[in-house]
Amino acid sequence: MHQALSAAISIGFFGLAYAMVLYLISVGLSVTLGLMGVVNLAHGAFAMFGGYAVTELMARAGLPFWAALIAGVVLVAAGGAVLERVLYRRLYGGDELDQVLLTIGLVFMSLAAARFGFGTLDQVFHPPPALAGTITIAGRSFPTYRSFLILSGAALVALLWLGLDRTRFGAMLRAAVDNPRMAEAVGIDTGRLFAVSFALGSGLAALGGGLGAEILPISPAYPVQYLVDFLTVVAVGGAGSIRGPFLAALLLGISQTAFLYFWPASGSFFIDALTLGLLMWRPRGLVPAA
Amino acid sequence: MIAADPVAALAARHRWRWPEALPWLAAVAAFFLFPGYLALGAQILASILYGLSIDLVLGYGGIVTLGQAAFFGTGAYTAGLLAAHGMGAPEPGLIAAGLAAAALGALSGLAVLRLSGLAQLMATLMVAAMLQSAADKASAITGGADGLQNMAVGKVLGLFAFGLYGRTAYLYALAVLFLCFLGMRALVHSPFGRSLVGMRENAARMTALGAPVFARRLIAYTIAAGMAGISGALYAQSTGFVAPDSLGFDRSGNILVMLLLGGIGRLYGAFIGVPLFMVAQDRLSDLDPAYWYFWIGLGLVLMVRFARGGILGLAARIRRE
Amino acid sequence: MTPALETIGLTRAFGAVTVADGIDFRLAPGARHALIGPNGAGKTSFVNLVTGALAPSAGRVLLDGADVTRLAPAARARRGIVRSFQITSLFRNLTVLENVTLAVTERHGAGGGMIRPAGKRRALIEEAWAGLEQLGLADEAARPVRTLAYGRQRLVELAVALALRPRVLLLDEPAAGVPAEEAGRIVAAVEGLPAELAVLIIEHDLELVFRLARRITVLVAGRVLMEGSPAEVAEDPRVREVYLGGRRA
Repeated sequence: MHQALSAAISIGFFGLAYAMVLYLISVGLSVTLGLMGVVNLAHGAFAMFGGYAVTELMARAGLPFWAALIAGVVLVAAGGAVLERVLYRRLYGGDELDQVLLTIGLVFMSLAAARFGFGTLDQVFHPPPALAGTITIAGRSFPTYRSFLILSGAALVALLWLGLDRTRFGAMLRAAVDNPRMAEAVGIDTGRLFAVSFALGSGLAALGGGLGAEILPISPAYPVQYLVDFLTVVAVGGAGSIRGPFLAALLLGISQTAFLYFWPASGSFFIDALTLGLLMWRPRGLVPAA
Repeated sequence: MIAADPVAALAARHRWRWPEALPWLAAVAAFFLFPGYLALGAQILASILYGLSIDLVLGYGGIVTLGQAAFFGTGAYTAGLLAAHGMGAPEPGLIAAGLAAAALGALSGLAVLRLSGLAQLMATLMVAAMLQSAADKASAITGGADGLQNMAVGKVLGLFAFGLYGRTAYLYALAVLFLCFLGMRALVHSPFGRSLVGMRENAARMTALGAPVFARRLIAYTIAAGMAGISGALYAQSTGFVAPDSLGFDRSGNILVMLLLGGIGRLYGAFIGVPLFMVAQDRLSDLDPAYWYFWIGLGLVLMVRFARGGILGLAARIRRE
Repeated sequence: MTPALETIGLTRAFGAVTVADGIDFRLAPGARHALIGPNGAGKTSFVNLVTGALAPSAGRVLLDGADVTRLAPAARARRGIVRSFQITSLFRNLTVLENVTLAVTERHGAGGGMIRPAGKRRALIEEAWAGLEQLGLADEAARPVRTLAYGRQRLVELAVALALRPRVLLLDEPAAGVPAEEAGRIVAAVEGLPAELAVLIIEHDLELVFRLARRITVLVAGRVLMEGSPAEVAEDPRVREVYLGGRRA
């Protein structure tokens, strides 16, 4: 009994930390898909560069963790805004195959760039000293950094949701996902809205990539390696939805942790089967947008 | 003038035209010109067949798949396991591989084809991922991550052994590709093939015309799975080796890129995109894989900007102007 | 005489909204019948219920007296319930001739053939061609549909529907969005339809309705308000109130 409880706590804890990272990275993908109708297979690259920014700025420039994280988010969001203007904009509402092709092209280029710039090995990530080690809660010890991930993730999610609920930008975003033509008709500048959403989504991905560099190690293969996980979160959660992917990230984060805990060898098989089942059950996602 | 009689033009569309001989002439010429690269050549030919299977599903059927490797790998493992258990005759192995992959295609198609859009894309991915995990895990049967090592492939037609230089493998792959291509060509020009195009363009309209859309898509998906299975078997038999990555995401994604590069839904896209991609990969990754990925990536981005529809699409546009 | 199409108590609700509320409707063989009603009256839902795109909560659909309520849309199309779409629904990248040939091929049950080339079934292509000639579309036969003007696309839409040799033809706003000078062609085409064909026109444009229809059914909020000759409908005070009145306001 005690053992089962202990396992459940471990799974819940590690699963939750993982889910936060998954969600922060994937929510932008959901918006791009739901709002702009673009299957952005290169979304993982934003997270990867966020991760590189954090690890490299800390290691080479000696920046503190916080500064490196913020710099990474700003850099990647700016890069996302530029890409949106130059490339993605032309894909909106267009041919799916063009989207697949262009974004795979970007994946390949980012992979080459990462390899060229930082080598093929996983980046070493050291949490800042304040967050290293473990903390003890109710007689159990937990890694401090993961606890921080859960708390900061929850805070960020709350901030994001509140922001989208309460601000003018959020209202416009929700209106545009619901009915793009109507949004345009009532005078929402969708071009600008898309650009801002895209930059925001890229920035959040960079944040997730940077914060999660311990859970999803940063390497040039990153955009391909975890792409399926990000896509799964969006497809299961509901493309275009903001809250659906959170539910999906919790579900997948915790069940992945659980399966790997109990059946390390065959866990991924059952996760994939579970995903397939969820997709068949709810083809438009757990929380369909619009 | 063709335009003067649209009926005659439509009635003549399935006739052979002389440029269609070019790929085959090139393939035969390559056999004599590059004797040192026949092993690579055999893999290219097998991949062209794999590309054709994607063209049938995606280019004609309009079903976006990121999991075609499920069928490629099933074919590869079927042929490999048969050869590892004393049934190494290549031709029966090929047929068994095609049937096994087709059976899996029919089965998974029942689920996958009920979905659309992102859910469908993910479902195809999941089917392949599940098989890859299974192949990884069932190491007693498949050799696990190390791959299936002890294949003993027999002689083609009982006469020609697979040798070090790939001569047999090349000609064998070429013959199989040619036969499969004849079938595929007939299929896309048949009323069934035309109705697939109709469903790709507007499935609801095809239903309103009384066409059984789901059943026809399932048939196309099954046939394409069989073709992918045969191509996987060609790979396994000519390399004498199968590993779980034959079911992997790269295997599904790269072929898609190759086909899109050549041009999709045009029957000959794979004949252009696959050799181009694989030869470039072979040359460039000798230098540094980073270069390879960078140039192919840049090529894809530029293509979407300036040459939509792949190389064949670009050629068609130039000819029209 | 058995009606070509009959619905008995056809009902469909979406949650609290009832889009079809016990519709009893009969379409005689050779009818030129119009279904009118204000926006949101349930006209398109009715078409979807008849073609099978929408399943009824209650009620039945009969074709020539035979119950087709449980048949899938494709099967109903094969039996002869054919519709045109309000928003042009064609194979945009295929030529006009191919569009119609696809329809002809399906009607002959030949669409599943996998071996003999489609081009060798020349009789089917000829039949499609004849259909185009009838509607004056022969000159555009070799052009992709997407390159045609909208009014011409509406005609192709009609040609595709007619290629199925329907028993019952449902025309969902056949002239919607077409400039006046081209609408005439569509009206002429509808007037020239085979006399034995039962035609139901779903239309907003009352001028068009009064010109084409010999009987009119008025639908309001999912119910049949009345049915009668154009003159009876035009004079009915209830119709004036809900329909014509609504338009003036």
